[in-house]
Amino acid sequence: MATDRRRFLRNALTAMGAGFLAGCDQLSQTQWAPQVLASAETLSHAVQRVLAPHAALAREFTQADISPVFRANGSTDPQDPAYRAMAANGFRDYRLSVGGLVAHPLSFSLAQLRALPQRTQITRHDCVEGWSVIGKWQGVQLSRVLELVQPTDDARYVVFRCYDRMQDGGLDGGTPYYESIGFDDAYHPQTILAHTLNDRPLPTPNGAPLRVRIERQLGYKQAKYISGIELVDSLDDIGDGNGGYWEDQGYEWYAGI
Amino acid sequence: MQPADDTAPMQDSAESEGGIRPPPRIRDRVRVIYRHRLPVRVMHWINAICLLVLLGSGLQIFNAHPALYWGQKSTFDKPLLAMGAQRMPDGALRGVTQIGSHDFTTTGVFGASSMNGHPVARGFPAWLTIPGPQWLSMGRRWHFFFAWLFVINGICFAAYTLIGRHFRRDLLPTRTDWRGIGRSIIDHALLRHPQGEAAARYNVLQKLTYLIVIFGFGPLIVLMGLAMSPRMDSVLGWLVTLVGGRQSARTIHFILAWGFVAFFLIHIFEVLVSGLGNELRSIITGRYAIHENIPDRSSDDGH
Repeated sequence: MATDRRRFLRNALTAMGAGFLAGCDQLSQTQWAPQVLASAETLSHAVQRVLAPHAALAREFTQADISPVFRANGSTDPQDPAYRAMAANGFRDYRLSVGGLVAHPLSFSLAQLRALPQRTQITRHDCVEGWSVIGKWQGVQLSRVLELVQPTDDARYVVFRCYDRMQDGGLDGGTPYYESIGFDDAYHPQTILAHTLNDRPLPTPNGAPLRVRIERQLGYKQAKYISGIELVDSLDDIGDGNGGYWEDQGYEWYAGI
Repeated sequence: MQPADDTAPMQDSAESEGGIRPPPRIRDRVRVIYRHRLPVRVMHWINAICLLVLLGSGLQIFNAHPALYWGQKSTFDKPLLAMGAQRMPDGALRGVTQIGSHDFTTTGVFGASSMNGHPVARGFPAWLTIPGPQWLSMGRRWHFFFAWLFVINGICFAAYTLIGRHFRRDLLPTRTDWRGIGRSIIDHALLRHPQGEAAARYNVLQKLTYLIVIFGFGPLIVLMGLAMSPRMDSVLGWLVTLVGGRQSARTIHFILAWGFVAFFLIHIFEVLVSGLGNELRSIITGRYAIHENIPDRSSDDGH
C-alpha cells in the first residue's frame, strides 16, 4: 500500500515534470510565446539604461589581467575574395566607408583612422555563451568618426557591414555579418573602432583589420572585419529586420545582459 | 500563516466526527485553521513556476559553455568544473565531468547524453533543460522573462511580509523558538512533526530556512545574475570585485541555483512526510487541519 502510494507519487511527479518541459518546448515553437518572452528585453534595456547611465564606464583592467589567448568566436578566417586580396597586401588598400544618413559620407584608410585621436583600453569581453577574456584594444572612438561625417537628424542607428560570411547554406557562401547599435552606445566613450589588440595589429581571428568594441554589451555585438558603416533611421531593412545577424536568429538586439 | 489569534480570519470548527461517540478519555479534535492568506498562496505558486523555468533555462544557457571558472576571466585550461565528451575508439561518446583536476565518467547524464535516442555531446541532459534541444537564444528568452517575474514577485512578497505582519508574526524566530532549536533539529532528524497547536505555526528550522532562502538566496542569485551583465558591471563593479570577478559571479549563480534545488527537494520531502493532502490543500485553499488530542474530563460534556 505504502509502496504503491510512493510509486504513484513518483510517477505523478515525473509525469508533471516531463509535461511541464514538453509544454515549454511546444511554446518555444509557437509564433506568439517567444514574442511574449522577448518583452523582457525591452524591460531589461529600459531599466539598465536608468541604473547604468550613459556615462558609466565598463571596468578597465591592468596589463597583468590580459588573457594569454584572446579566444575568437564566430568567423575566424573570412574567405571573401576582396577581403583575401586586401589581407594579402597588409590591408594597405582597405577603406572604411561611412555613409547612409550623414551630411558628409567619407571613407578612411587605416592610416587615416590611426591619425585620429586614439583611445587605449584593457577591457573584459563577455561572450553570450558565458565565458570572458580580457584584452587591450586601441582605436578611434566611434563618436570622433561620427563627428566628421555628421549624422542627419533622421539617423537613429549605426549599422556595421562586415566581410565575413556566415555559413547559412547560401549559394554565394552565406550572408555577410551585420550588426547595429543605437546612439546611446555609438557615442559611449569606450565605443571604439579598434585596429590593435594587445599592442599588435588585430589578428585575423579577432577581426582584422578593424572591429568595433562596445564594451557594455556581449561579444556578438562587437562586429569584426568591418567593411562599412551605415547610418539609418530604422532597422526594418537590415537583414530580416531585427538589427543583426544573430538577432535574426533569435538573439536580443540589446545584449547588455 | 496565521496562528489562532483574534485578528486572523480563523475557522475554528471543532467537528464531532458524525455521531460516533468518542473514546472515554481522549478525544481527537480536528480543527481547521486558515493558514495561508491568498497573496501568499498566489506568490508561492508564481515563485514555484519561476524557479522551475529559471532552472531549466539556466541549465540550457550553461550548456552553451559547460564550464565554470573563478575570477574575472575564463582560465580555459584550468576550469573549476567542466563537462565534455570524448569519442571512444569504438565510436561511442563518453561523457566526462572534470571537477578541479579530477575526471569522472558521467556518460548518459553529464557531458554526453541521449537526445531523441541518439547520444550527443551536451552539458546537462535534454530532460533538464528548457528548451530540450541546444537552443541558447530561446533559453535566454525564457530565462530573462521569468527572471523579471521572479524579481517582481519577490519584491511584492518582501513588501507584503514586511509591511504586513507576516514577517514578524510568522517568519521571525521568537525567543522560545531559539531555545527550542536543539529539540527541533532532533525532531526533524526523527521525522517527528509538531502536532496540535504547534502545527499551526512554522517551527524554528522552518522559519530559518525560509528566511535564508527568501532573503538570502533570492536576492543573492539575482545580484549574481546582474553581475554577469556587462552593462550593469559599469555600476556594479564593486560587487563584481567583491565576489572575485564575473566568472566567480557566474559560478556562485550556478551554486545558488543548486541551493534552490536542495531547498525544493527538502521542501517536497517535508510536505510528503507531514501530510501531502493537508499541506497541499493549505497552499491552495489556505485551509489546514490540525489534530488535537484533548483530554476529555467529563465522559459526557454535552458537546
